[in-house]
Amino acid sequence: MTDTTAQQDSPPGAVALLILSAVGAFLALIATGLSPDPLFRLEGWIFTFAALASAAALTVGVANGRYQADPGRYEDGVIRAGAIATVFWAIVGMLVGVVIALQLAWPRIFYFPEAGWLNFGRLRPLHTSGVIFAFGGNALIATSFYVVQRTCRARLAGGMAGWFVFWGYQLFIVMAAVGYLAGITEGREYAEPEWFVDLWLTLVWVVYLLVFLGTLWKRKEPHIYVANWFYLAFIVTVALLHIVNNLSLPVSLLGTKSYSLFAGVQDALTQWWYGHNAVGFFLTAGFLAIMYYFVPKRAEKPVYSYRLSIVHFWSLIFIYIWAGPHHLHYTALPQWAQTLGMTFSIMLWMPSWGGMINGLMTLSGAWDKLRTDPVLRMMAVAVGFYGMSTFEGPLMSIRAVNALSHYTDWTIGHVHSGALGWVGFISFGAIYCLVPWLWKKDGLYSNALVEWHFWIATLGLLFYIAAMWVSGIGEGLMWREYTPQGFLANSFVETVSAKQVANIVRALGGVMYLSGAVIMAYNIYRTIRQPAPSVLPKASGPIVAAAA
Amino acid sequence: MWKNHSKLERHSLLLVLGILLVVSVGGLVEIAPLFFLESTIEKVKGVRPYTPLEQAGRDIYVREGCYVCHSQMIRPLRDEVERYGHYSLAAESMYDHPFQWGSKRTGPDLARVGGKYSDAWHVQHLTDPRAVVPESIMPPYAFLAQKDLKVDDIEARLRTLTRVGVPYTETALKNARADLAAQVDPTLSGASLARYYGEKVNRRDFDGDPERLTEMDALVAYLQMLGTLVDFRTYKADAAENLR
Repeated sequence: MTDTTAQQDSPPGAVALLILSAVGAFLALIATGLSPDPLFRLEGWIFTFAALASAAALTVGVANGRYQADPGRYEDGVIRAGAIATVFWAIVGMLVGVVIALQLAWPRIFYFPEAGWLNFGRLRPLHTSGVIFAFGGNALIATSFYVVQRTCRARLAGGMAGWFVFWGYQLFIVMAAVGYLAGITEGREYAEPEWFVDLWLTLVWVVYLLVFLGTLWKRKEPHIYVANWFYLAFIVTVALLHIVNNLSLPVSLLGTKSYSLFAGVQDALTQWWYGHNAVGFFLTAGFLAIMYYFVPKRAEKPVYSYRLSIVHFWSLIFIYIWAGPHHLHYTALPQWAQTLGMTFSIMLWMPSWGGMINGLMTLSGAWDKLRTDPVLRMMAVAVGFYGMSTFEGPLMSIRAVNALSHYTDWTIGHVHSGALGWVGFISFGAIYCLVPWLWKKDGLYSNALVEWHFWIATLGLLFYIAAMWVSGIGEGLMWREYTPQGFLANSFVETVSAKQVANIVRALGGVMYLSGAVIMAYNIYRTIRQPAPSVLPKASGPIVAAAA
Repeated sequence: MWKNHSKLERHSLLLVLGILLVVSVGGLVEIAPLFFLESTIEKVKGVRPYTPLEQAGRDIYVREGCYVCHSQMIRPLRDEVERYGHYSLAAESMYDHPFQWGSKRTGPDLARVGGKYSDAWHVQHLTDPRAVVPESIMPPYAFLAQKDLKVDDIEARLRTLTRVGVPYTETALKNARADLAAQVDPTLSGASLARYYGEKVNRRDFDGDPERLTEMDALVAYLQMLGTLVDFRTYKADAAENLR
């Protein structure tokens, strides 16, 4: 902060946010005091405390003349915070995953009869939301703020609004996570948060969209770069999915419980329309945006094909939205809907591989870098896993295959090959790129540690997927196995005990993958603590010098 | 064609509009008809809204996240029908807000678990699953038997359900707390309960402790009615109106 900027008045955005925080704290306190529901009061206290902390921090900041925006520079503070949050939530979410994997492997050791809140049913949503929305969501918000500024050559729009998005999103995560442990849930996979948490997320998300669009409007480049199309599709469609799928009626405005607007078969298809497109737009479109910026940047090569990116963008977002019913094969969903879902799921293979080809072929002429640059290798392997799981997905959506795979661990393995292989690795790659750029360092603290991270995570991932293939296909076959006399060959519990070894291997794979993330956290920490280099790297200079 | 695309690349709002149009088609074509096509839900006899006690048990089922390991949807495949019973009908979950079909069978399907085991088995199994099934990997739910069931807001809960389409009558709502008490205490009159929910409703103390009304009572009452409503002797699977 230079002396000239410190003398200016605080920006109006900071003052407005201060007032809103104070009002929010006041309203939350009233709602907390009036509510007869102890769980609602718990969430109310969390919100009140967060709003008070925000008001206090803003008061100090405004009084000291902070928050001066230099329009000639990029807003990188919120991205630094996002990078740290991404690493933090990665470790939390994966640690919970390891715990529930251990519960399935050794239930006599890892369950506590007096602590119901540590049961699998409460922890599993904590794991899924922790890795998807906390880790993945923070990676997406942080990278989108970085990419949109660089590719538009404009400072992030909305002044303090970017910080509101960041902290508002963390508050959403904390309220959802505490709610899961306390038993506050809507009971729908990946959409478990209750109505008041959903409303808060909606508000944060609308501000996120406005900040992103506002930055696009300020752009000094005539064209909107391809990564931003994917970010935009991700933000807009997730808003649509979130709002429609969470339509529910609260029992009381001062209580946690609500009932879904839809019932039975309609509820099921709405939920899986949401659920599959959480995969399609959160875990695919958003992370493809990361690929479209960070892979070309790191490889120092242009994107392979502009036309392919157009074709695969529009076909991907058009076809993905139809695929939901493949989660409901052979159920009470009418068969025409199942068939539509299966058909589009198979068609989805093509645009998915269009993205993979565009990502991998960008490395043309730079393949030798995979030997020397473990970060680029990590991202290339991520794109490879993207191709693998987007081939496995259409395969599993075929009704005859689904008859075997549905309800089994095969689904869990499929999800993790996409989540650990694609989403995890592309995010790690982006973080490894971003941290030296953002903190103005020459490079990472240690490339050797990135090698360790890469190999231990890759091996853990392979253990995980292989174990789930074995146990999933195994249990599917055991369920339908008949004796020569025509009786079912196995009781259900025999299929449970048959999976013990696979459950242990899976937990081991999870521990290895988590260890990789811990190595990354240490490496990132040491990188940030490194002394600054004498010459600033190009990527973090003033706007004019940093065209993407 | 490639030239025209640059219009979208230069106007962010056109791009947003294009995205919204493209992603709306699939949902509209697949989901919207389910609300209008009469054939979506079969016409069967016997399906009724949950009794107040069963709904309270269902809310506990949702709260504990049972759906992450147990499905409630039997598929029309030979092994499933033989293992669990008649395949599930859409009508059987028409009052389920939210649906609990599930997506994973870490434990067995529960769509027709009602009446298959005794109340005492359920209580013992929920309290300590490995006491009755040594190989089980299910978490223990002993605390349910220690927690008093919250009944003061049951009328408000059922009233909310009527607003989203479950046909409880006004008098049934007014009687909800009395009906809930009558279901766990056979010494009380069950006339009102039978009038609103039929003669077949299970009426007994479910958790083995008649002195207390616990969450275990509600959850076991819910489990014991699952899949028992439809009389499949009167259901013609091959009839034209039931083919979908």
